[in-house]
Amino acid sequence: MQALSSIKATDYYNLEDLYTEEEKSIRDTVREFVKEEVFPIIEKFNQEMKFPTELIPKMAELGVFGPTLPEQYGGMGISNIAYGLIMQELERGDSGVRSFASVQSALVMYPIYTFGSEEQRMKYLPKLATGELIGCFGLTEPDFGSNPGGMITKAEKVDSGYILNGAKMWITNGTIADVAVVWAKLDGKVRGFLVEKGTKGFSAPEMKGKLSLRASVTSELVFEDCLIPEENLLPNSTGLKSPLMCLTQARFGIAWGTTGLAMACYEAALNYSLSRVQFGKPIASFQITQEKLAYMLTEITKAQLLNYRLAQLKDAGIMRPQQVSLAKRNNCEIAKIIASMAREMLGANGILDEYPVMRHQNNIESVKTYEGTHEMHTLILGEDITGISAFE
Amino acid sequence: MKVIVCVSLVPDSTTKVKIAQDGKSIDESGVQFILNPYDEFAVEEAVSLKEKLNAETLAVTVGTDKATEAVKKAFQMGIENGVLIKTDNEIVDTYSVAKNLADFINEQKPDLVLLGKQSIDFDSSALPSMLSELTGIPSVNVVVKLTIGDNKVTAEKEIEGGQEIISTTLPVIIGTQKGINTPRYPNLKSIMAAKKKNVETRHSTYNENATEIIKMELPPIKGKGKILTDGANSVPELVKLLREEAKVI
Repeated sequence: MQALSSIKATDYYNLEDLYTEEEKSIRDTVREFVKEEVFPIIEKFNQEMKFPTELIPKMAELGVFGPTLPEQYGGMGISNIAYGLIMQELERGDSGVRSFASVQSALVMYPIYTFGSEEQRMKYLPKLATGELIGCFGLTEPDFGSNPGGMITKAEKVDSGYILNGAKMWITNGTIADVAVVWAKLDGKVRGFLVEKGTKGFSAPEMKGKLSLRASVTSELVFEDCLIPEENLLPNSTGLKSPLMCLTQARFGIAWGTTGLAMACYEAALNYSLSRVQFGKPIASFQITQEKLAYMLTEITKAQLLNYRLAQLKDAGIMRPQQVSLAKRNNCEIAKIIASMAREMLGANGILDEYPVMRHQNNIESVKTYEGTHEMHTLILGEDITGISAFE
Repeated sequence: MKVIVCVSLVPDSTTKVKIAQDGKSIDESGVQFILNPYDEFAVEEAVSLKEKLNAETLAVTVGTDKATEAVKKAFQMGIENGVLIKTDNEIVDTYSVAKNLADFINEQKPDLVLLGKQSIDFDSSALPSMLSELTGIPSVNVVVKLTIGDNKVTAEKEIEGGQEIISTTLPVIIGTQKGINTPRYPNLKSIMAAKKKNVETRHSTYNENATEIIKMELPPIKGKGKILTDGANSVPELVKLLREEAKVI
């Protein structure tokens, strides 16, 4: 029997009371979706190293692609708190599923909306919202990760458009994407280009051998003398700042998502420790277990409070990228510690796919690294605190 | 076709209920309220009739302002219109709810009334029959399959050890049971659309309670289970305990 909001989730400081009715309803409906559609299949897809593409139309129907955008572009104008809650719930399911929605919303729909022409918006956004089109975002290169400004992918102006040459790496959804938002240097300045699947000279082979984010497609993008039509340049993209603005959006979602991952691990560890009996009593009765649970709950509560305030700032239009760095950095870090702790608390059972913990533990390795490593976010904060950049 | 769905707001089924200080009600602090799960089946049935037969749909609830939440949940699932029949008191007994709903139904003259077979708070399971008596409209309760075509209604209901198939005509009151459908979870679009809809408030037409709650008590705490550990060799001991201690065989 369905009972929305009947699945209790960790909320020690009653943030529930601060959400609006529609924020709660959106959270509940995504939670129900994850319970019904993600939980039953995710371990299998993770084992087989496949993204569950069957979820794409279902997620589109649910409305999680670009929901903060205005209605005429397929969005619903929801608050950033609601958007964050969507990310939290999706990642309680799996980081790969959340990553799919993050990329589609924050790294494809956002740049087309923000830097695109009205024609580009109308051409792509409604179809990206309905999942008819899948997008990907190409910034990172094999030799340029933390330092994207050093990219070597470049575009040259020719009579009929632009010729694109170069390669991108670690691109979520690359192989299955219909349109790639690709960042390349045009006359030394970073600009965004929309590269459609099937463009001559463009290929997107899938990367193999991942031990993390297995239920997600990760690809290379290769451009060999690709002719990009004039109208596929994002006209309002103006240098490296433009892709970094996209990353701010995605990192915001990650701060919420990884909190969901930590909640999933904590809840699994809590349930397990209450039911696992050793020496004649539940392991939850041991002080060492309780200390771990107290640590987990404290860190999750702090992360939830960071997220809530960050979303308020974002809704007010005054959020700074450095504030997002703080939340992304912190929440990935604590999620990683909590996942690891939870795995240990489950003992040998912790390594089985019967429990979600080790999958989450493996996933957080990627999520902590992508969209700005822990170290880069530390240095972004360091620069913001001191006014002195340690990396440039 | 006009369809009315009667909905109620109930404590979340996973809530640990505490008795309030007055000993006659529950302590609502920290309790989440949800649309009665059996009403979800009724709402789903109404929304699918809207989609298939272009039925006009309305959700109605009886209670204080808080009860509008149930109607809003119905909006999110796709119900078009909603009414709160506002009562003066928080706790209203089944007869009073039935009387208010019956007055409303008599006024609205719907073709079909749908409601959960019971609400999971007080579990009296009396509303479908009471409504039937008060409105003179036939009712079928505990329905697991409903077919409507050309004024003819076929309802399959659960009975002890089997199913009964009942045919009747519109108008009819149907109490929905698990199995009749799979309630949809609302999507973001319908949640945002529901936000813009208003719940019409009317004052209750009947404010008496035919019953009074004297006292509420939590069920006794279950004793510890007993585990026999000697595999198949434990069977005689198990049978003995089931017969003599548990007295179930």
